[in-house]
Order: sequence, then C-alpha cells, then structure tokens
Amino acid sequence: MKTLRRDFLKIAAVAALGWGVRPAAELMAASGGGKSEGLFFASRHAVHAGPNALKATRWAMVIDTAKLTEEVVAAAVTVCHTTHNVPNIPGNQELKWLWETSMEHLFLDNHHEYQPEAAAKSALALCNHCDNPPCVRVCPTKATFQREDGIVMMDFHRCIGCRYCMAGCPYGSRSFNFKDPRPHIEKIDLDYPTRTKGVVEKCEFCAERLAEGKLPSCVEVSEGAISFGDLDDPESEVRQLLSERFSIRRSPYLGTKPCVYYLV
Amino acid sequence: MLEKAVTGTKVYWGWIAFLLLLMSVGAACYWQQLSHGLTITGMSRDVSWGFYIAQFTFLVGVAASAVMLVIPKYLHNYQKFGKILILGEFNAVAMVILCLMFIVADLGSPERLMNVLLHPTPNSVLFWDMVVLNGYLLINILVGWVTLEAERKQVAPPKWIKFFIYLSIPWAVSIHTVTAFLYCGLPGRGYWLTAVLAARFLASAFAAGPAFLILVTYIAKVFTGFDPGKGVLATLGKTVVYAMCVNLFLLLCEVFVVFYSQIPSHMSHLQYLFVGYHGHGVLVPWMWSAMIMAVVGILILIVPKNREQDNLLIIGCLLIFIGAWIDKGLGMIGGGFVPNPLHEITEYVPTQLELGVSLGIYATGFLILTILYKVAIGVKQEVE
Repeated sequence: MKTLRRDFLKIAAVAALGWGVRPAAELMAASGGGKSEGLFFASRHAVHAGPNALKATRWAMVIDTAKLTEEVVAAAVTVCHTTHNVPNIPGNQELKWLWETSMEHLFLDNHHEYQPEAAAKSALALCNHCDNPPCVRVCPTKATFQREDGIVMMDFHRCIGCRYCMAGCPYGSRSFNFKDPRPHIEKIDLDYPTRTKGVVEKCEFCAERLAEGKLPSCVEVSEGAISFGDLDDPESEVRQLLSERFSIRRSPYLGTKPCVYYLV
Repeated sequence: MLEKAVTGTKVYWGWIAFLLLLMSVGAACYWQQLSHGLTITGMSRDVSWGFYIAQFTFLVGVAASAVMLVIPKYLHNYQKFGKILILGEFNAVAMVILCLMFIVADLGSPERLMNVLLHPTPNSVLFWDMVVLNGYLLINILVGWVTLEAERKQVAPPKWIKFFIYLSIPWAVSIHTVTAFLYCGLPGRGYWLTAVLAARFLASAFAAGPAFLILVTYIAKVFTGFDPGKGVLATLGKTVVYAMCVNLFLLLCEVFVVFYSQIPSHMSHLQYLFVGYHGHGVLVPWMWSAMIMAVVGILILIVPKNREQDNLLIIGCLLIFIGAWIDKGLGMIGGGFVPNPLHEITEYVPTQLELGVSLGIYATGFLILTILYKVAIGVKQEVE
C-alpha cells in the first residue's frame, strides 16, 4: 500500500513537472503560431479568413456626426439588426447592437446646458471594439475575446450568461438574451446564426462580412457618414479623416482605447 | 456523526418539513426560470445583475465571519470561543453553499457552468472567486468535521488540522476581498470604483456575520438548551458593534471623497440611493432604514452593559444584521447600475418569481445549517 502511494506520488510529481515545463508562451497566450486561443489567459486570436477577405491589423470606425441624418441612423440600425437576427423585444430587456442615442448621452463629460439642439442631435452607439477591452478582461470563460485585427468577438456557444462583461463594459454596449430570441425575429436571416436564451451578444464589426470581402452593413447604408478601415494603414480613409477633422471618442480617460471615432 | 441529524423532536421535523416546503416552492420558481430564461426576473439590459448577485455578495460576508471566532481562539488563546467555534465553521459551510447556489441561479446558461473549469481564465476575477469560495468551503468542512469528531472521541484534534485552521484566517479575508474586486475593478461604474470597497465589505461582513451567529446561537439555545458559555455572546457582540462602526466610518470616507470632489459619475449613484435621482428613488426608503438601523444598533451595542442583556443584544444584532443586508443585499448592486453608462435611468425591482427562487435557495441553505448544527450540538451534548 505504502509503495503504491509513493509510486503514485512520483508519477504525479513528474506529470506536474512536465506540465510546468511546457513552453509558458504556449500556455499563456497564443499570439501567432497558428493556435487560436491561449489556454489560461485571454489572448488575441488569429483571424481565419477566406481569399477575398478584407484584412487589417487594427480595424476602426469613424462616424461623421455632421453627416448623420435621422434617415441614415434609422437605416443603419435596421440593416444591422436584420442581418444579424437581433430580436425586437420591447421594454428594458431589449437587445441592441447599434442604436440611436443623443450626443449628450454619448459624451456625458461634454455635457453643458448651452447646446440644447446640439446635445439632442441623434447619433449612433455601438461596441467600441476597445484596444484594451474590459469585457475581455472580466470574462471567466474567454467567451468574449479579441482578434488580432482588434475586433472584440463573442462565442455564443461558450458564454455561460454570467453577464460580468455587461457590468465591465463602460459603454453599455452589450445585450443579454433574457428569453429565447427566435420568436421575436421578424424574418430570420439564414446567413447568420440566431442565438439562444441565456447568452450575451453585441456588435462584431460585421466580422462575417469582412471575411467575404464586404464592409460592415451599417457602413454600406450610411451614405458616407460612417467610414471603416485599418487604423494602422496611414493611407486608409479612416486615417485621412482622423488627421483632417477633429474627432472625439467615448470616455477615453478610462484607458479602454475605444476604436470608434466621432467626427465633430 | 450524521446520524444525529435523523433523530429529533417534533419541532425539529416540523422545521425540516417547512424548509422542504419552501425549497419546493423555490424549485417550482426555478423551473420557470429554466424554461423561460432570466426574463422572469426584474433584471434588464441596464441593471444586468440583481437580487441573486446581491445575496451572494452579502452571504460571502456572513460566511467569512467564522474568522472572528478563529482569530481570538487561535491567535489570542481566547478559549471561551472554543465552544461556539464549530457553529462559526458550520455556518461558513452553509453560507458558502448558499453563495454558490445564488451564483448558479444567476447564470443565463447554467448547463455551461463547467466552462469556467474547461477554459480557466485567471484574468477574470470571477475565476478567482470560484477558487477562493470552493477552497473556503472545503477548509471549513474539513476543519469543522475533524475537530468535531475529535471532540466526540474526546481526544485532541490531529496536529495537521492546525495548518488548515491557520489557513482559514487569510482565506476568510480573501473570499470577501476577491468578491469586492469583482466590482471595484470595473471602469465606468463609479459607485464601485473605490479602493475602500473591499475594506468596507470586510467591515460590514464582520458586523453582519457575527450578529447572525449570535442570533442563531440564541435560537439553538432555546430549542436545544445549548449553552454557549457565560459572556461569550456579549464578547462577540463587541466585534459586531466595532465592525459596524468601522463600516460606517468607511462609508463616510466614501461620501466625503465623492461629494467633495464633485465628480458627477461618482455622485450620481449615491444620490440615486439616498435622495433619488431625476425623480427615481425606489431604494431611498430602504437605504435610510438601513442607516437608521445601523446607527441605533451601534448605539445599543456600544454600551457594554447592554451587551450583557440578552434582549438588548438580540435587538442590536437584528438591527445591525438587517441594516447590513439592505446596504449590501439591495443597495450595493442596484445602486451600481443606476444610472447606466449613458446616464439613463432604469430602475430595478425583483419579481415575485425571482424572490421565490431566492426563498428556495435560502431554505436549502438553512436546511444545511440546521443539519450541521444538529450534528454539532448533538455531539457537544453527548460529550457533556
């Protein structure tokens, strides 16, 4: 009995050692190397894309608030929600990926009482695809993760529905499926998955469209009000706009490095 | 030793039957939640955590209170606490199980719970909360059971158990610290974003937890004749009142920082809780009741003579316990989410089904507590 236990301990010790000497980089994170996910800590995932895919090292969105008319806003919200099977659930358990809100709610810190019209002007809110995303930091299962091109994604099959990411997001960009969303989708788009009850979802910068070489759907219908491109490419449209026009981001002092810019 | 739990008076079995009844009510409500989703709760897109997570937060504190007996007994050789120590440890067991049940009840997809182990993610505080809570549960089951068994055999407990007893001290601190870190590390949630949160959680825990222990010990005394020893509960009452003083002090520190700095995103939550915000203030009467209860509880228990009187000690502990429960079990979570990051106001009120699920969970916890206490007190009375 005693020897058996000793043998077992020996084997256990060797096994533990073997685990310990596995290359730490492989265990901790998977930047490059073809692996898609770190075993322990949240890490950036490689992007698997088709031959026509649009590629970037840092996707970003620039919204020209001057060009945002009520019609553009409505069209963008509608196309986003229909192509992604976002259910239409009234009340405070609603789901929204891209939604209309006022400038005053988007930029709380710039609020003052002498701009009643400008403050009430309608604008778009969505996931900021932060470079330093708190939602990814708090997720206990890596169900929300960041790709190497910066897009913050959701794995709807892994999410346990703890909603820690919703508490972590300082922009209110995440929605939870309090109930089965399917009966509340007017017309299901078979090109995109529907979700089940009990998982969190949000805007994914139309990663599924980028993979096919298409721009995000809101950009397509925006009549030039929304631009999308690679922040790391000095020649890109977004970089041109950012260098020429003054832009603001939502709560940049939080250190999240949001990648949605608003031209004012 | 578990056989002690299957013999008892009519009152004992009546209580067990009552708890089982409440548990079945809770199970029926939870069935509704499983079928329809968390839509049966009052939670919303803006207030995405509610009563369940608040109960979990509060009960972590009640669980940690065992350390307020372990420290005097083992670090200061205050032997009087020896007799009720087991009640503290078994209370911790029941409370941690309650915490875990409330977390599971809050999950949108509980069938995927094991993903937390399949995809361990140390950069998430929730991962660490799972580690420390389960660890604390195991430590207290082990320590409680081993020391009680030794007592029954009338031998000294094995020496190795000392290691776990000492380990339980920092571990108790860790469970509430990590639970506070769940909230206070989130950018953009002004009410929680304060370094004083973990300290405040511990202070209110060391008030509410021992207060609960005192109350439960009185109940045990009434029904089993268990005698905790002269002056023991009064001494524990001192811990309760000092901890509540520290808690109020830390709250006032928070109030000063928030309102003297005048930073709107930090002020708005306290305003919402205590005076209402843009006409919304469902929690205002609750928060003021909590404050009044805490202050009256302190005024009663701060006087040493009052702690010696059973009735005053009970009233003081009740006030402090309920006050701490409102502060943490209602205000802490709701207040953190209102107003939301876009400065919109969605209020939260739990639904009946949500309260039904919670009732069932509480009944399960009390069933475990009853059985463990029955065993512990049964063994103690057998030895005597």
